[in-house]
Amino acid sequence: MACESWSEKLDAYFDGELTADDARALQEHLRGCSSCAADGLARLQQKLAVRGAGQRFTPDPAFRARIEKSIAGRKPSPWKRYWLPTLATAAVLLMVSAFLLTLNRERRGEQQLISELADLHVATLASANPVDVISTDRHTVKPWFAGRIPFTFNLPELQASPFTLVGGKVSYLNQSPGAELIYRVRQHQISVFIFQEKDLRNVPGAESALNSLSFQVRSWTHNGLRYFVIGDANAQDMDKLTELLQSAG
Amino acid sequence: MSVPEERSPSGSFEELAMPLFDRLYNFAQWLTHDRQEAEDLVQETYIKALKGFASYQQGTNFRAWMYRILRNTFLTSRTGLQSAATVSLDADGENDTLVPEVKETPESILLRRSDQQLVQEALGRLPVPYREVLLLCEFEEMSYQDISMTLAIPMGTVMSRLSRARRALRDIVRELQRS
Repeated sequence: MACESWSEKLDAYFDGELTADDARALQEHLRGCSSCAADGLARLQQKLAVRGAGQRFTPDPAFRARIEKSIAGRKPSPWKRYWLPTLATAAVLLMVSAFLLTLNRERRGEQQLISELADLHVATLASANPVDVISTDRHTVKPWFAGRIPFTFNLPELQASPFTLVGGKVSYLNQSPGAELIYRVRQHQISVFIFQEKDLRNVPGAESALNSLSFQVRSWTHNGLRYFVIGDANAQDMDKLTELLQSAG
Repeated sequence: MSVPEERSPSGSFEELAMPLFDRLYNFAQWLTHDRQEAEDLVQETYIKALKGFASYQQGTNFRAWMYRILRNTFLTSRTGLQSAATVSLDADGENDTLVPEVKETPESILLRRSDQQLVQEALGRLPVPYREVLLLCEFEEMSYQDISMTLAIPMGTVMSRLSRARRALRDIVRELQRS
């Protein structure tokens, strides 16, 4: 076989993709051909150099922690593995179960609320007319809600921040009207919902940072109003927007 | 960082996915050239993978599955769309013959580990399709079959693209060495 044909097989050889027979034949050729051996050495050196250079970027530990937190809880519950068939253990488990049931009920309520908000957020993004008042000016958007919802609120100044106000519209949760504001940060759109606290009394978790499977959610209460920030932006952006809204009061 | 096993054992999503985190992030930043975009890309990859974990077949190559999700997510991002719009891979087809290399002495194209910075700069200058296939093969040590699955291209195209990517890298390294 001509050197050119062997040359074509060199990369596959160093990538471990040649058959055992081809690899043996190539090794035999390399032993007797200094030109192909030099070519092979150069390719191997390049391969090793790229392997060494490939490791360049390291994630921020805080970012890793955020991802870990967002996917945690997917393991089987430890108590299932350590079940002991004794009355004493059964009694303890009964108490634990009762506690978990209560916790699950609360979580279900919380998850149901987040699901509804996520649905509202997705419906807005998917809509051809996502907002009823289109303006980047908070002094235009806020007055638009006067007479449409039974409360008022303040919006933050966004200069020197990465956020842009897109607009707003009236939204409903638990059959009660509230405000939905859309903000943009880079390619992400974030919905901010504001409702009266009295309309959401049966909803737990007055101040929290909750993550649904696909969205980041922030929530807090201020002056009788309950705020929800929901979107697929990263946690830092969500926290920044939350701080801006909280500072506006 | 060691390369995780090719065939993944069964386990929870967290147990399978978190050992890949550092490498996925490294790959994401190689693709995007931007820390924030890389974080967004990795975050979206984990969200999508978690959602789709039920459809993942336990015991098959979880690593290739995760890289494929990340790479597809990148392609629909702004940077990914830009790279797709600006890069044309001439005759990057399955039936291409591999490009014969120009014979040189080892000294003339010597790439030592000490040249790491030079190689990193050259890698960064490669078009995304070349950069990703080289990283998957050389750094991630994926088989041609797994690269084919990750990039959704035929095996023949993996080989011809790798061959072109290696030659392009060598050309850029030479150019950098001259300058």
